[in-house]
Amino acid sequence: MTKHEAIDLKAARIAGGVAANQRHDSAHKHVTGEAVYIDDMPEPAGLLHGCLGLSTVAHGTIRTMDLEAVRAAPGVLAVLTAADLPGENDISPSGRHDEPVLAEGKVQFFGQPVFAVIAETREQARRACGLAKIDYDEAPFITDVWDIDRRKGKLVTPPLTLKRGDAAGAIAKAPHRIKGTMRIGGQDHFYLEGQIALAVPGEDMDVTVYSSTQHPSEIQHMVSHVLGVPSHAVTVEVRRMGGGFGGKETQGNQFAALAAVAAKKLGRAVKIRPDRDDDMTATGKRHDFVVDYEVGFDDEGMILGVDYFYAARCGFSSDLSGPVTDRALFHCDNAYYYPAVHAQSAPLYTNTVSNTAFRGFGGPQGMVGCERVIEEVAFALGKDPLEIRKRNFYGTSERNVTPYHQTVEDNIVHRIVAELEESCDYAGRRRAIDAFNAGSEIVKRGIALTPVKFGISFTATHFNQAGALVHVYTDGSVHLNHGGTEMGQGLYVKVAQVVAEEFQIDLDRVKITATTTGKVPNTSATAASSGSDLNGMAAQNAARAIKQRLIDFAASEHQIPADQVEFLPNRVRVGNQEIAFPDLVKQAYMARVQLSAAGFYKTPKIHWDRDKGSGHPFYYFAYGAACSEVSIDTLTGEYMVERTDILHETGRSLNKAIDIGQIEGGFIQGMGWLTTEELVWDDKGRLRTHAPSTYKIPLASDRPKVFNVALADWAENAESTVHRSKAVGEPPFMLGMSVLSALSDAVASVAGHTVCPRLDAPATPERVLMAVERLKKDAGR
Amino acid sequence: MQPTLRNEIRFLLNGEEIALADVRPDETLLDYLRLRRSLRGTKEGCAEGDCGACTVLVGRLAGGELVYEGVNACIRFLASLDACHVVTVEHLKGEGGKLHPVQQAMVDFHGSQCGFCTPGFVMSLYALWMREPQPGDAAIEKALQGNLCRCTGYEPIVKAAKAISGYGAAAADPLATERARVTASLAAMKDGARVEIGSGRDRFVVPASADDLAAVLEAEPDSTIVAGSTDVGLWVTKHMRDISPVVFVGHLDELHGVEEKDGVITLSACVTYTEAFGILSNRIPAFRSLIDRIGGEQVRNMGTVGGNIANGSPIGDMPPPLIALGATLTLRKGDARRTIALEDFFIDYGKQDRAPGEFVEAVHVPVPQKDAYYAAWKVTKRRDEDITAALGAFNVVVGADGKVSFARIAYGGMAATPKRAVTVEAALLGQPWTLPTVEAAMAAYASDYAPISDMRASAEYRMLAAKNLLKRFYLETSGAAGRITVSREWAA
Repeated sequence: MTKHEAIDLKAARIAGGVAANQRHDSAHKHVTGEAVYIDDMPEPAGLLHGCLGLSTVAHGTIRTMDLEAVRAAPGVLAVLTAADLPGENDISPSGRHDEPVLAEGKVQFFGQPVFAVIAETREQARRACGLAKIDYDEAPFITDVWDIDRRKGKLVTPPLTLKRGDAAGAIAKAPHRIKGTMRIGGQDHFYLEGQIALAVPGEDMDVTVYSSTQHPSEIQHMVSHVLGVPSHAVTVEVRRMGGGFGGKETQGNQFAALAAVAAKKLGRAVKIRPDRDDDMTATGKRHDFVVDYEVGFDDEGMILGVDYFYAARCGFSSDLSGPVTDRALFHCDNAYYYPAVHAQSAPLYTNTVSNTAFRGFGGPQGMVGCERVIEEVAFALGKDPLEIRKRNFYGTSERNVTPYHQTVEDNIVHRIVAELEESCDYAGRRRAIDAFNAGSEIVKRGIALTPVKFGISFTATHFNQAGALVHVYTDGSVHLNHGGTEMGQGLYVKVAQVVAEEFQIDLDRVKITATTTGKVPNTSATAASSGSDLNGMAAQNAARAIKQRLIDFAASEHQIPADQVEFLPNRVRVGNQEIAFPDLVKQAYMARVQLSAAGFYKTPKIHWDRDKGSGHPFYYFAYGAACSEVSIDTLTGEYMVERTDILHETGRSLNKAIDIGQIEGGFIQGMGWLTTEELVWDDKGRLRTHAPSTYKIPLASDRPKVFNVALADWAENAESTVHRSKAVGEPPFMLGMSVLSALSDAVASVAGHTVCPRLDAPATPERVLMAVERLKKDAGR
Repeated sequence: MQPTLRNEIRFLLNGEEIALADVRPDETLLDYLRLRRSLRGTKEGCAEGDCGACTVLVGRLAGGELVYEGVNACIRFLASLDACHVVTVEHLKGEGGKLHPVQQAMVDFHGSQCGFCTPGFVMSLYALWMREPQPGDAAIEKALQGNLCRCTGYEPIVKAAKAISGYGAAAADPLATERARVTASLAAMKDGARVEIGSGRDRFVVPASADDLAAVLEAEPDSTIVAGSTDVGLWVTKHMRDISPVVFVGHLDELHGVEEKDGVITLSACVTYTEAFGILSNRIPAFRSLIDRIGGEQVRNMGTVGGNIANGSPIGDMPPPLIALGATLTLRKGDARRTIALEDFFIDYGKQDRAPGEFVEAVHVPVPQKDAYYAAWKVTKRRDEDITAALGAFNVVVGADGKVSFARIAYGGMAATPKRAVTVEAALLGQPWTLPTVEAAMAAYASDYAPISDMRASAEYRMLAAKNLLKRFYLETSGAAGRITVSREWAA
């Protein structure tokens, strides 16, 4: 009999199972600096470094390109241009072949990679890059969709229309009508670890690429296309990212492909880690939008019909702009029922970096446009926006069909909002704020409570699949691998908790291993909040397969019915005896039972017909609400978030500590997007906010002074997701809307809450002050 | 007399004594740690001193006393670390791999998600905990102004910061218990020698004294003078500019002098923001909130008042409030010194009244007279650790007759240099200190300033906010009802 000193065979509950507040699996390594990111890996002998040469015009054709000085610079081994790519010069994730690895003939944005330098050191590569002499024939360019006819602009991908009922007719007949336009800014991901790829050449056609990516399979495919080799020659691995947020869903392709090409060409390992400025200049961001809206409503503030036109700055290529702008439309309703709705997207071509995925994936922009409409209705009627919000909520048995004809079957927004309204004393604080404002000339306060309803699933149905690989070794320890990637969100530990729960073994018996295309193939991006839903189920499926084999083995070995085999904490009850898990595993091995399994999962129920604008694209919805109170300085526009209360649901949480972390972090990131994070392009098409000195994400001192965050622990997923949990990655991001609305409310106070401030995003101090000035003028004060 | 020459720098790295002769003038501490020492817990997030992922502690002898401060390794030059103790995250774990109290608190409060910023936060919290073991929200936020986290939203990190002392006593920390030994080591390294390394365009000097500095600059007047490197660091990491030959000055004790005599505070050129904070905020309270909003803690520990003046930026935060106070500047070349009005130092964008071989030695700051109203405020996109869009400083005396008898007003961010609002001052002088006077003076701004639009603010906003700061100043002095600024203070 083996000794199991480390294993508690009497435990009532395993350590670190489902619903435990298990800390992040790498927490110890994070705080000690021992967690290995790609730039921290021991470097292969002879490692070379790459740097990308970026275009210096926004649009034009390359007349001449003189790279002799670059080639001759100290330490330079190779200079790559489009002509040096052995396979396809394309990394378009949309299949539209509109995104070259390196510009060929023409450049389409300021900062587009034109060539790559490979040198002995990173510094040599960077210095050499500056020696290129490229002449361009400059062409007219568009950086801002504000400047063009948005209904006639060139598109990068086909637009979407959603309609239900006769919106135009409903608006025309409505007692009140309002038309307006809102600008919603973009957002840089500002992952703390920038983009990076390390390619190590192997024998034959092989190459292994370590890439900071949310989508190893896509990196694999892109590298294989650009190299012109089969996918089997390319292995992509990532243990962890230093943040992703969507910015590493497709944006790592370029660096990985070039590192791989250089590595194969030179027969040496190549690392490309762009400087922060190059990273922010040359990689895509959240789409900024201009939303035209028209709403018809009655005296009580019931919306009767609404029309939206969501125009997005997509940049020079399609990337993920199609699904991003689709998702904006999918969330033009937030939590509200529209009796008649017409919504269109316009994914517009611009001479800017190609915008991409970012937490919420267009959904936040859709919702912010929607919340503007709510405010318009409220201020026009002199009512509290919260009253209008509640009046227009989806019903549970009626008034529950979305603009895309999916019925909302799991609506809990009423309870979430009612509980939050009560717990944060919205009514009392509203009165206190009115009193404060009456006695305060310069500083004004505002409050807003905004809901979130967010659809969960990739809208491209085929992405809703996942694989996992589980090995049980003969000592009973478990190796876990799946297609999901770890970017800080705690996916690895959640999936490990699911596997530990399945086997009823302590979490430390489950080893979490780096995501690699060599173990689990054909994976989807870790995106769309789907990580735990998909990979948790796939891993559970794999674990159950092995568990079933163990049950069958135990039943037959001990001559008992299968239902008398029960997995208890760290042991298995087999009839009348209890066998330590490792012992049962060892016995099974001796009896030649397979102790490894690949698991698979695909999300049921979902379907979507894009041409018809109809279907059931979301498996379920996640809900939450936030109430924020702010104070603004009407002399400078500066502001402070005084307090935020959040009530959010994650179904039956797999790990409340991790989920709370996602909620708090998502809220702050959403708040940053809508307040101080501003992207500015100059008249040459240059992005001027390309580093933290100019691009301002929230600091500790920007978080709400009072911050109460609670999980709606009564909620559970109506669908049979993994342990009835819900996705948590993206939904809380949109809780940040409460800050924008509260700022708007504070601004509105200078005109007696009768004029909609039309505060655009990001609501920088400048925008707040200018809105205050505008309202004072409008109100004749 | 020529000091002794030394051709290596000496410092302590965690527990190890280092002597290095192969140091380039523009080699950053971060590159040294990561590339040459494989100490890869310290991360590069931005390479410009804004994100804090590279935060390490540097211990130095300040007037003989050992002081540890968080700094940005990404823009700190290795060559500036002679006789310093560099402490990286790798130095924190205790015997048998036991986590340090700061680390354990961060783990227990879920203070990390992606983990990339975490070592930097750990180091900033370590510095805070050593000087303030039981910090409140305000102290924690100030200590973390120079650390960006994109995942957590900071709440768990702040909670961890409050809990650290429950895991161990700061007094029992190795950096506290080994003070005497480290002090002795560093004192021994401070041997009074001039350090010279490299030649030609790859050369730097660490002078032995202020006199030695004067001599070195006379001999090599085109040298780049580097004090805190919070600006020059970016010339290297961002612009890849060649800065050699370099003369490092931040270590010179004589240039860290702070004194007050006859109502004038003299700050020697290398006094850091952190060092200046005490006397300025005590004697001229408007500096308290102003200095707290310059950079993050790491930048305030490195950046110097003299450097902020000498580099001539139109958006430096020290010149406007000092100009409004009527500060003067002493420049030295060889043994010759001259003292000029600070405002006269700024000639035009990128052009200052400093001759080759000359250096800023000290700034002299008159404390405002007792009956003067004085205030200085900056306006930024993000409240903390942001570069000024507009900064206004106001020094006004209202006589017994209720009329303005003295006015000195200066702004940053409104012109190509830090600049006085002379027309506005004239519009106030002799007038009753009333809102109509202030509103009339607000119309005079167009004569003094024509600000630009850039990524920080539009010209229109700069102008409006600048004018409104004068109104805020009036309201503050006249006791307006209610708050006149938003506040980060917590209710009791």
